[in-house]
Amino acid sequence: MCHVCRFGPALVAVGCIALAGCVAPPKEGSAGAESATLSVKGSDTMVQLAQAWAEAFMKARPDVRVSVTGGGSNTGFTALISKGADVANASRAIKPEETESAARKGVTPKEFVVAQDALSVIVNKANPITELTLAQLKDIYTAKVTNWKDVGGSDTPIVLNARESSSGTSTFFQEHVLGKGVPYAATAMLQPATSQIVAGVAEDAGAIGYVGLGYLNGSVKAVRLKKDAASDAVAPSIDNVVNGTYALARPLFEYTNGEPAGAVKIWLDWVRGPEGQAIVKKLDFVPAQ
Amino acid sequence: MATPKRSLRERAVEGVVFSGGMASIVLVALIFLFVLKEALPLLKDYPLSRFLTDRGWQPTLAPPEGPWFGLLPNVWGSFLVTAGAVVLSVPLALSTAVFTSEVAPSWLRDMLKPLVELLASVPSVAIGFVGAVAINPLVKDLFGLDTGKSAIAGSIMLAFMAAPTIATIAEDAINAVPRSFRDGSLALGATRWQGISGIVLPAAKPGILAAVMLGVGRAVGETMVVIMVTGNAGVLPDKGIWYAFTHSVRTITGTIGAEALEVANGEPHYRALFMLGVVLFTITFVLNAIAHYSLGKGDRRAQA
Repeated sequence: MCHVCRFGPALVAVGCIALAGCVAPPKEGSAGAESATLSVKGSDTMVQLAQAWAEAFMKARPDVRVSVTGGGSNTGFTALISKGADVANASRAIKPEETESAARKGVTPKEFVVAQDALSVIVNKANPITELTLAQLKDIYTAKVTNWKDVGGSDTPIVLNARESSSGTSTFFQEHVLGKGVPYAATAMLQPATSQIVAGVAEDAGAIGYVGLGYLNGSVKAVRLKKDAASDAVAPSIDNVVNGTYALARPLFEYTNGEPAGAVKIWLDWVRGPEGQAIVKKLDFVPAQ
Repeated sequence: MATPKRSLRERAVEGVVFSGGMASIVLVALIFLFVLKEALPLLKDYPLSRFLTDRGWQPTLAPPEGPWFGLLPNVWGSFLVTAGAVVLSVPLALSTAVFTSEVAPSWLRDMLKPLVELLASVPSVAIGFVGAVAINPLVKDLFGLDTGKSAIAGSIMLAFMAAPTIATIAEDAINAVPRSFRDGSLALGATRWQGISGIVLPAAKPGILAAVMLGVGRAVGETMVVIMVTGNAGVLPDKGIWYAFTHSVRTITGTIGAEALEVANGEPHYRALFMLGVVLFTITFVLNAIAHYSLGKGDRRAQA
């Protein structure tokens, strides 16, 4: 007898199980009895948060498998639009062009605020600078100022760290600090991940970078920001986001295709519920309220 | 009975070999056509003259100022990092090749050759990680830089990757030089070194050139390492070569590697990345063609 005849039925059975596992539509039906998979993709700022959510969530709901990938907010939107992800993480709001291109593919992105963040500007611990105005920050990132002594620091050349263009954080920073349509200095080093900005700033005495609140640690120093020369210098912190005084506070989003249903709904309800928000706090981000 | 059967089998083998060879040609052609097809519509949104002369690469810069899809900083970065890698790796690789093929005793050669080949197969992420953790700080301290993320760090790491490739192929070329050449030079009273530098190396030159070209090809096409160690700032050399070497650069492969996953199919940014792909494809094609041509020349000379 041939091999296929002997193993055929077994192969078919395995194939069916595999298909059921992957294809089981997470968007409709009750995801109660059978298992479902959920793919969450996007923002690098949110990737640790989303992984922590996924771990705790899968303990509470063993019937739903969640896979989390980073790569940047753009990556998340691209995946949501091409139906390569069920949930897109984003550290910026969706752009009109993205909504349009989603509509052309029959996808209607629906926005949920799942946490908040203080986009934190970090410098090397040896840097005497403790506060910067938004205008100074703009001058630094457009290379109008290239030495720390011109913003009140020591005589050290500034080493610019920014994120790759796939990053929602990069877009947010560009829009809120540089101004929409104002280019980053060509000398800005574009790092593929937030963790590499932290590592670079910890390493280089003249370095500056920007990261999500959850990425602050003892290896770098967060700078207090002033909206303008006259206003108070405000440190990036949970309290200062909640009381609205921090200049670069921002919501963190999850986007779904249309009204969430099935496993996607269970996920979002959980993330925005008390358990999900407790994890937000634990990872030093700000709850969505 | 036996003869037609053998010729049938022979013909079948010939057919398989032929279609295998053709398949790879067709595949390369198809890939190039696909890349070209995806790239060309860019020119509707972004004129070729701007792609070739713009000094910035900022694909997500908002209109009306942006986006910028400038080829120059990418090509410059690739050129600089690769040139540095060649300068560092060629002397090292050629000395290795000469040593293992001409000088080393056979037991040492049997040990060195597999080791060099093993070095060629270290995955690039691993090399990039070593570069980011060890070479960047080293380069920074050595040259007194503000940051170690620089073209020269990229060159050092790429030299690590290219050297084994160059060494093994160059060694094969040196080994292919007929024994009579060496014997002849010794018989004429030349020293061993005179024989190596005056007779053996010139005779192996085409093969060595091919080895260098293949090594360069590997360096130009390397992605992961340069993303991790060069800092990816798309700058042009306004302050001289040494300044450029000791500061961050952005390579063609780095740009494609960092941005390819994020772009939506069909938008100008996607097309611009494919355009970079066309440029990269052309560069590696030319390098391979040079390598192939010089190898062919060597074969003819060896036969003569």
